[in-house]
Amino acid sequence: MRNILIKIRDLVHEYREYDENDNLVKTMRAVDGVTLDIEEGSFVAVLGHNGSGKSTFAKHLNALLMPTEGTVIFSGRDVQEIENLWELRKEAGMIFQNPDNQIISNVVEEDVAFGPENLGIPSEEIIARVAFALQRVGMEAYRLSSPNKLSGGQKQRIGIAGLLAMKPRCILMDEPTAMLDPEGRREVLRTVHELNRQEKITVVMITHYLEEVVDVDRVVVMDHGKIVMDGTPKEIFSRIDKLKEHHMRVPQVVELADELRKEGIALPEGILTVDELVEALCRLR
Amino acid sequence: MIRDITLGQYYEADSLIHKLDPRVKLAFTLIYIISLYVGHSFYCYLFAALFLAGVIALSRVPVHFMLRGLRSIVVILVISALFNIFLVDGEVLVRFWKLRITKEGLVTAAYMVVRLILLILGSTVMTLTTTPNDLTDGLEKSLSFLKIFRFPVHDLAMMMSIALRFIPILVEEVNKIMKAQMARGADFDGGSLIKKAKAMVPMLIPLFVSSFRRANDLALAMEARCYHGGEGRTKMYPLKYQTHDYLAYLVLLVYLACMILVSKVL
Repeated sequence: MRNILIKIRDLVHEYREYDENDNLVKTMRAVDGVTLDIEEGSFVAVLGHNGSGKSTFAKHLNALLMPTEGTVIFSGRDVQEIENLWELRKEAGMIFQNPDNQIISNVVEEDVAFGPENLGIPSEEIIARVAFALQRVGMEAYRLSSPNKLSGGQKQRIGIAGLLAMKPRCILMDEPTAMLDPEGRREVLRTVHELNRQEKITVVMITHYLEEVVDVDRVVVMDHGKIVMDGTPKEIFSRIDKLKEHHMRVPQVVELADELRKEGIALPEGILTVDELVEALCRLR
Repeated sequence: MIRDITLGQYYEADSLIHKLDPRVKLAFTLIYIISLYVGHSFYCYLFAALFLAGVIALSRVPVHFMLRGLRSIVVILVISALFNIFLVDGEVLVRFWKLRITKEGLVTAAYMVVRLILLILGSTVMTLTTTPNDLTDGLEKSLSFLKIFRFPVHDLAMMMSIALRFIPILVEEVNKIMKAQMARGADFDGGSLIKKAKAMVPMLIPLFVSSFRRANDLALAMEARCYHGGEGRTKMYPLKYQTHDYLAYLVLLVYLACMILVSKVL
């Protein structure tokens, strides 16, 4: 049994809209009673279609948003009681959707140094950390480049390096691949999977691409602010009807396997990739 | 490609001037400009010009790069020269119609033009040999004494460096929006000035909306990366004076002293 890094209990978040006289006009429950334990070192994907509350949920894990009701406990500390929030945020770094809007400096290495500089780390240590972080994401050759000349995938890797330089225990990613081309998407996913395995960093990835969650430890599906499914990718993908009910687009291979099964072909449950399907089909003969 | 535009006009070269601390270069520019107003004799300007020529030679920036900066002020030069030539009283040299040219007028005009040229060249040396990032760092450090008056020096420097990062992105966005609007039949070229100004509206509004969205995203990203103002912040490469920086300050002092001496004696 692994350590629980983030403990979420009955989390509720409401967006409130006021008119000019400060009267409450509308409340929107974006997150509605979420309870979840995230284990240290695990790779958790949170799936959901647009407006399912998944992004709002993620922003609670590093205190960019505070719960309306319920609690978030990060490594034993209640997020609402932490005085200096940057002590939490250096442990739970966040990558956002738009790679351009999270790069602060116009030189790559200075951008990676931004986090540690904010933490008041001595210069020599910053230099060492930046070198390590850039090497870890495979971007050391671009140390002195301008971020404007990089591809989307490279920019997201710079963003990840910026978090690594703060030595986080957990990386939160809010649809990190939504604005990338397929090549960039693969680059970013490969990088975080490596960090998860080799550096034992916990990863929470928010996404609406089912293809991206086939090799994670655990998948949580959200809809209308609630958790509607929770399990390993194999468990989740074996319930295609339920996924569709929650407006998720199922990967083609999974769908094909499901249709074949319905037609009476004896395929095993939980086929997620083309290779697995090919293998299963070959074994039939 | 528009993304590759460099802001400012930094010219990459390996020279002593490039290596100087940006604070030194800021001080140099300021003192140099002041020194141009110390004396008004031929020798003063000669000395100032020689000094600048020396600095330019040391900086290893091709001279035509330096002179390029002057193109933008040609109009100002001509106008101020004409005013001085025709309006200064003194010994009349030529007279035609209602205008007259005086000896004093010619001399003042010449001095004025020389002074303006030296002034622009002096500050061009700084912008050509200092990256915008270094300049921002230098300004932040040099002006940090203003903090005692609660002047937000760090915040301004941070805004400046963010602007440096986002201007190329916004330039590209302008192009994108213009193309999108042109595809829908917008006309940005034709018509009178007023019509042209009106045509900018459908471009400016989307630009503003998207800039605010970017600003919001960026603020969130900065907060997520533990930004909490300049308090307790360190730097990866803090500005540190080297021996050559102290020597440069000495040279600057000697220059100023000589300038005052020249203006008094010659």
